[in-house]
Amino acid sequence: MFKSLAPPEYLATIDREKCIRCKRCIQNCGWGVYSWGGDKILIDTFKCVKCLRCYHYCPEEAIEIKDNPTKFKQNAYWSFNNIRNIKKQAETGGIPLTGMGSDMPYPILFDNLLIDACQVTNPSIDPVREPMELRTYLGKKPSNIKVEKTKDGKLKLSEPMPPQIKLDLPIIFSPMSYGSISLNAQKVLATAAKASGIVMNTGEGGLHEDLFPYKGNIIVQVASGRFGVNPEYLNAGVAVEIKIGQGAKPGIGGHLPGEKIPLEVARTRMIPVGTDAISPAPQHDIYSIEDLRQLIYAIKETTNYKPVSVKIAAVHNVAAIASGVVRAGADIVYIDGFRGGTGAAPSIIRDHLGIPIEHALAAVDDRLRQEGIRNEASIIAAGGIRSSADVAKAIALGADAVGIGTAALITMGCTTCGKCYTGNCSWGITTQRPELTARLDPEVYAERLTNLIRAWSHELKEILGALGINSIESLRGNRERLRGVGLDSFTLDILGVKPAGR
Amino acid sequence: MNHNYQKDISGCGLTGLISRKRRRISGSEIVKSLCLMTDRGNGLGAGYAAYGIYPEFKDFYAFHIMYDEPSVKRSVEEYLKANYHIEKIEEIPTRAVKAIPISPMLVRYFVSPLKEKLSGDQQETDFVVNTVMKVNSEIDGAYIFSSGKNMGAFKGVGNPSEIAEFFRIDEYEGYIWTAHTRFPTNTPGWWGGAHPFTLLDWSIVHNGEISSYGINKRYLEMYGYKLTLLTDTEVAAYLLDLLIRRHGLSIPVACLALASPFWKNIDQRDAGEKEVLTALRQTYGSALLNGPFSILFGHSNGLVGINDRIKLRPLVAAVKDDVTYMASEESAIRAICPQPEKVWAPRAGEPVIVNLED
Repeated sequence: MFKSLAPPEYLATIDREKCIRCKRCIQNCGWGVYSWGGDKILIDTFKCVKCLRCYHYCPEEAIEIKDNPTKFKQNAYWSFNNIRNIKKQAETGGIPLTGMGSDMPYPILFDNLLIDACQVTNPSIDPVREPMELRTYLGKKPSNIKVEKTKDGKLKLSEPMPPQIKLDLPIIFSPMSYGSISLNAQKVLATAAKASGIVMNTGEGGLHEDLFPYKGNIIVQVASGRFGVNPEYLNAGVAVEIKIGQGAKPGIGGHLPGEKIPLEVARTRMIPVGTDAISPAPQHDIYSIEDLRQLIYAIKETTNYKPVSVKIAAVHNVAAIASGVVRAGADIVYIDGFRGGTGAAPSIIRDHLGIPIEHALAAVDDRLRQEGIRNEASIIAAGGIRSSADVAKAIALGADAVGIGTAALITMGCTTCGKCYTGNCSWGITTQRPELTARLDPEVYAERLTNLIRAWSHELKEILGALGINSIESLRGNRERLRGVGLDSFTLDILGVKPAGR
Repeated sequence: MNHNYQKDISGCGLTGLISRKRRRISGSEIVKSLCLMTDRGNGLGAGYAAYGIYPEFKDFYAFHIMYDEPSVKRSVEEYLKANYHIEKIEEIPTRAVKAIPISPMLVRYFVSPLKEKLSGDQQETDFVVNTVMKVNSEIDGAYIFSSGKNMGAFKGVGNPSEIAEFFRIDEYEGYIWTAHTRFPTNTPGWWGGAHPFTLLDWSIVHNGEISSYGINKRYLEMYGYKLTLLTDTEVAAYLLDLLIRRHGLSIPVACLALASPFWKNIDQRDAGEKEVLTALRQTYGSALLNGPFSILFGHSNGLVGINDRIKLRPLVAAVKDDVTYMASEESAIRAICPQPEKVWAPRAGEPVIVNLED
């Protein structure tokens, strides 16, 4: 048989002394690395993706997954992945796929920004003893309101506010469709969203009936494939999102292979079982901004004017695009940076197209303010939010809320191995194989995800307290409380942030 | 949008009084009150604002302008002549004070905008605000530090008694007074940086550091305000101008936006009020003044005192006859009103609003 010249990335090893031949590794591995050889476990290390499922479920700690020590000759220019991909492409003529956000060593701006704290001239606030408010409302805000006094002297609003989505803290779960992730994974998101007072997003995969009880915490998505879209679906959640682009693969569409489309996925997406679900690169009824406006208002008419979000990828002209999106009538602009995750994308696209969320967010917030329309829409920033510090920095740069996807999946067992597109996820997240999805218990993992959100909310409150403010809206767009370290003056100018020491 | 600024930080003391019956009270009273709080200033800035001091010119905007040199004065006056009817120009009267060897040129103008210069349905007040913004942000060495009718601000680098002596505060009589002593921690003395800060009839004295400054500033810039002073006080003044004059909110409602109640309190109100308070926070979140502050703001019809939402800076109020007093310390009130009928500490975020009688 032809042996690939692309060497394995990892070496799965078993300590034969420790191994008790319980075969749990065979059971747990979704990739078929392990098999039974009659008297011992056999290993096909080419299949290993280092997801560590076997490692965690080996009762004897006999398994070790090593990075393959046999590398090509050290070369500062031709990286391991460059050479390996060329060899793979030479063998297959195909496009290497990948999952998750880009892992390339581009500069990470979040890690070059530091947050302020109070000393002497203004007191810090102890979040354990004082109220600390994270509540956030997403949606269009008027520039001003009119308040009347009733006969009995009470205040009354003259005109009703546009509809708002209430979040207990400025975090939402990013769109991940049923199909790209399992129904159990979506149930984890929905349950945790409800418990945390935030929202999840269906992604472009329709809404399974098991999620109907969570309608108050769901944003439904309409994308280029229009999967699962009907009037009932559009009205099912608190808002509708039109997906134009995705940070991990700006400008290209989606492809859910037929292997990931069993009956339930097919029903929810309203397509035949086992057919590939292709989301075209553009929406074929949106070739320009005025077309987007028509779709936004068609959806608003259908939903009795629920908020409409428009998700765009962070690309070079994102500020002008976002301005157009807001003027087209969007209530929320969702900006997805190039580090944003994906279930499947060509690695050449993921790793080389788009711009970081930090630049994009700063540019969009500035542009909307220059044009005097920042109140017309909320901004959600997503694409690589790793911690509550990233949340705080994104909000200080100008976001109303952030979207998290990968971080949520990590609470379910994900180790960011990046092989989501294969449908073999051993953790039961990005797979539809029933024996794998069954291992993701929605109740157990919803509690973990809820814990994460609670932990981040505590951390955010600590950060606000150190800043001497007791409400998240005083951090939003407050770039005065950020400083850059090791950033050049152009970048500082784009971010609207002073260097540390100033 | 320029982000590369150095923000001003200072601690302070403040005091103010208002006669509801429009009885004009001598400036020497407020000077006495302010001078008691010596610990609250470090001699790097003090100032006074008074209403009702120019009854003979009450229909004209009184521009108090400081100039670094005569050439700047000429260019500003050219601009004013082209756009305003000028009723009177005079130097602001001062006394020689040993501790203040140098001062900018200080001139006041009583003016009204030329009708033909107002474009379309532009309000006179908008025109005046534009002039103030233009001179203060575009003309180096000139600074309009007072622009209201029948009111004026007097301020500079020095301690409260020196500044009072210099500006001959004892010679003015007004029915509303505010005053301020300053404890800057990082700025060299600049006369324009002292309080009160004013725009049109608004005057503000402020003690505190507004930790939300960065977003308040960017929010105001969206509405065309140019923040040249980089002080918290400037932000508070422009927010009041935006919310009250331009957006038409009443003073109590504007106070609810600037020092809004907590959500837990809002959620308990009845449906109508809950709706108003929620809408206020949703709409004016970027105008919320967060961080420690106590503020007195005077306007042509009254005086308002307000604290931050958790009262991180002191504010005491007292009443005697037709006069309401508000100050950082009770002693500053008792220095001029030894036996008030009522003394109280206003609660966090709850404004004390006193209006003049007609």
